[in-house]
Amino acid sequence: MSQIQPAHTGPTRTAESGEVLLQATDLARHFDVSRPWLNRVLERAEKLSLKAVDGVSFTIRRGETVALVGESGCGKSTVARLIVGLYGLTRGRLVFDGQEISDLAGRSGRQAAAIRQRFQMIFQDPYASLNPLWRVGTIIGEPLRFFRPEMGATDRHRRVGELLEQVGMSAADALRYPHEFSGGQRQRISIARALANEPEFMVCDEPTSALDVSVQAQILNLMKDLQQQYGLTYLFISHDMAVVKHMADRIAVMYLGRIAEIAPADQLFATPHHPYSRMLLAAVPSLEGEGRERTTIEGEVPNPVHPPSGCAFHPRCPHANARCRAEVPALIARSDGSEVACHAVEEGRIG
Amino acid sequence: MSQDVQRTDASPVAAKPPGALRTFLASDIVYSWKRQPVVILATLVTLTMFAGALFAPWIAPQNPFDPIELELIDAFSPPLTTSDFTGNFYLLGSDSQGRDVFSAILYGSRISLLVGFAAVLFALALGTALGLMAGFRGGWRDALIMRIADVQLTFPSILMALLIFGVIRGFLPRSMHAEVAIIVLIVAIGLSDWVQYARAVRGATMVEKGKEYVQAARVIGLPDHRILFQHILPNVMRPVLVIGTIGLALAIIAEATLSFLGVGMPATQPSLGTLIRVGQDYMFSGEWWILLFPGVALLLLALSVNLLGDWLRDVLNPKLR
Amino acid sequence: MGHKPDGEREPVLSVRRLRVEFPTRHATLVALDDVSFDIAPGEVLGVVGESGAGKSMTGNAVIQLLEPPGHIAGGEIRLMGRRIDDLAEEDFVPLRGRHIGMIFQDPLTSLNPLFSIGDQLVETLRAHLPMSEKQARGRALELLTEVGIPAPETRLDSYPHQFSGGMRQRVVIALALAAEPELIIADEPTTALDVSVQAQILALLKRVCAERGAAVMLVTHDMGVIAETADRVAVMYAGRLIEIGPVKEVIGHPRHPYTEGLMASIPGLAERRERLYQIEGAMPRLAAIPPGCAFNPRCPHAAERCRTERPELLPAGGSRAACWLHDPDNPLPRRASAGDSQEVAR
Repeated sequence: MSQIQPAHTGPTRTAESGEVLLQATDLARHFDVSRPWLNRVLERAEKLSLKAVDGVSFTIRRGETVALVGESGCGKSTVARLIVGLYGLTRGRLVFDGQEISDLAGRSGRQAAAIRQRFQMIFQDPYASLNPLWRVGTIIGEPLRFFRPEMGATDRHRRVGELLEQVGMSAADALRYPHEFSGGQRQRISIARALANEPEFMVCDEPTSALDVSVQAQILNLMKDLQQQYGLTYLFISHDMAVVKHMADRIAVMYLGRIAEIAPADQLFATPHHPYSRMLLAAVPSLEGEGRERTTIEGEVPNPVHPPSGCAFHPRCPHANARCRAEVPALIARSDGSEVACHAVEEGRIG
Repeated sequence: MSQDVQRTDASPVAAKPPGALRTFLASDIVYSWKRQPVVILATLVTLTMFAGALFAPWIAPQNPFDPIELELIDAFSPPLTTSDFTGNFYLLGSDSQGRDVFSAILYGSRISLLVGFAAVLFALALGTALGLMAGFRGGWRDALIMRIADVQLTFPSILMALLIFGVIRGFLPRSMHAEVAIIVLIVAIGLSDWVQYARAVRGATMVEKGKEYVQAARVIGLPDHRILFQHILPNVMRPVLVIGTIGLALAIIAEATLSFLGVGMPATQPSLGTLIRVGQDYMFSGEWWILLFPGVALLLLALSVNLLGDWLRDVLNPKLR
Repeated sequence: MGHKPDGEREPVLSVRRLRVEFPTRHATLVALDDVSFDIAPGEVLGVVGESGAGKSMTGNAVIQLLEPPGHIAGGEIRLMGRRIDDLAEEDFVPLRGRHIGMIFQDPLTSLNPLFSIGDQLVETLRAHLPMSEKQARGRALELLTEVGIPAPETRLDSYPHQFSGGMRQRVVIALALAAEPELIIADEPTTALDVSVQAQILALLKRVCAERGAAVMLVTHDMGVIAETADRVAVMYAGRLIEIGPVKEVIGHPRHPYTEGLMASIPGLAERRERLYQIEGAMPRLAAIPPGCAFNPRCPHAAERCRTERPELLPAGGSRAACWLHDPDNPLPRRASAGDSQEVAR
């Protein structure tokens, strides 16, 4: 399917000291999940708010891949949608390449469009991410029609054909409809649409979790090739530790709307600090199977509408004490390049 | 499990895409149509009646709206008789005015269908617009529109139509009543019927709005109106068209009911409902044909359109298959 | 394929040359073709494959829950020696629950939202076993304790929606085990759960089935789940069984080129490769399964013979694989290709 044969074999992880492309400071997004007003009055219920993301800060440098991992309800997809402006921020600040984009969700017009065309998003469900009534060529050409109205139809068709070939499909596929393609091919079409305006930054929200493993390999390889070719910067969101390890330079582990730990990928997998990071790693099923019984982890992710006090992880944490139950830990940088939000780590109770 | 089957089916076929007509003839819709005799029959009846209504001036032996053409002397001719006085042949008999019942049915279904189609279009346009706005914008607009819809749903739609009909007529001078009867009927039936379109569109809009292709359009930064009209609207139209087909049958019946109650079309321009109202006076006096044939015509029309609508809904709704 | 069950005991489930067809108005699709395997008492057989491979359909064929117009068109299925594929629906119903327990991906669809879990357990127990209401309630409590529901006596009267995803799946396992069935069919039992909960549920499933000596058919797309839970693995491709063997063999030394490619395409935690091995192309549609070996258009070793002649399962190391590479008389030569150089380095 994919004819792309990359020339490179050497390591791609660079950009340790590259310029900052995206700076997220204290991002928060609360959703109102209260019952309707009348029900609240009748049932004497309080207003309820879901703190999907609550105080998340990180930076992404040009050319690197930063991954957000965590279980359902940890807020990783909300962070993605905050960055591309699908949701407005409740609190916090986003700076993209020196430009303030915190209020992008509410902005329209040419100036906002100029920023928007510099980043794109790839979604999880290849069956829902393409308009079923449009031909593939129209779907991929849509950003071109909007951002480059001066481009003629012939040029646009040529560009759509190029894009399709870049993602390992054929230019003739432009005339087909999405339902004629398999999940992996649809994800390629999504990627072609995202590439149309030559963005610098791509937010990828679980781009392969709906795909079979062999197709996942094709898509992950394609994404790496494209990164090489265009110097793309990725924010890669996934629940799969192995996929994240394969893709990311740096990894942020999220739990209930906050970052538990950020570390360079190799560092995190070699020496995870936060008890939750350790737990996540221990939970990954091992293909070697024998001998390594998966460490059994107690409990489940609590309901994010009523998060535990203090450190949200404390009910499942073997090292929790009174301070953990009362005080929310802050992300603290360590000498090895990681940042950890854990009282036990900070106090030296655990490594 | 059958999902697996469908998914593998989704990969592209190597063959060249055939022509549009070929594709249509090979489609599931045509396949399903061919296998259901009832649906075929309903289609034939519907088409026949549509054609009869459309070409009434050329088919009907008489223009029943033109008093000059009515032969009072032929009043109450039974079906299948030729008049001794005028030599006219009355296929389905004639009424007290000497009006040919067959012609009256052709012209009457013309009015019934016109009112039905126009009312459905009106309701569909209004309901779709309000439903789109409610579903896409949400917030107070949604609350307001849907509360109005709820209130309206608590009244039977025929009562609603009667009310609207009365209010509109109240504002118009009496001399205009007969001329604008059709328009008043259309507005009254349309206004009483928009709610179901609005609800269906609102629901579908909220579903589509959350889908990733709409989010992708937002990330690109497309303006709202473009997202609404190019992405969402075409994808929510399918349920609306199904409701519209079933709604057509209901609108035809609503028109007949209003006319039967005497608040619809005047006796000088009878619709099927008016014909039935007029005919019921003769039900027990021997001239049964004046009531029976318009009644059968209305029944056939409403039933076959409704059957088509039900079938269309089943075919287009993958969940029911 | 060999007809000798593993070990000396009679297999709980024995499937022979199973064929499932889906007649459509264009053609008859062969959804399962010549699928044969056994599961011994206390054994966990993992059935693995990508979407469209027919793994779920195999499970559904065994419990006669094929969606119409799909139907068994050939072969036989035996449960403890008794043929069950030709049973009429009314004769089959008593088997479900009593002799075959079922666990599905979404616990919410397996539980009735209108009844408390205690009622559902009691009803299941009394439907299959001679028990009084009181005995059944006591047994329900034991079952809930066994599957790790905390404070079960207080949860007996709770409704499914009051449980978290993991707890619900525990309840479903308790329900499936209630009548002590000899065979459990678990179809993607952990796919809807978070990784941390996945491990708990798999450990639980493995423990309770081992304690009872129940045979388990574990259907999943996740090789990691198989590696941890299964004793033997059956790999499916395009409705056919292409490799079957002990889990260590199949994962450590895959013999079929598809299994090899599949294993190499999974990103691992242990090592880091710049590129993942990728099998080109996609699984064929049921309407367009190529002649010969179904995998031949994507196979790096394919030769003329693979395009015309379909291989049976042939002995290959400790497992059996349906590939001419393992023909004892005339083995097909392996071609040095991307597949080999990227080698399955695990």
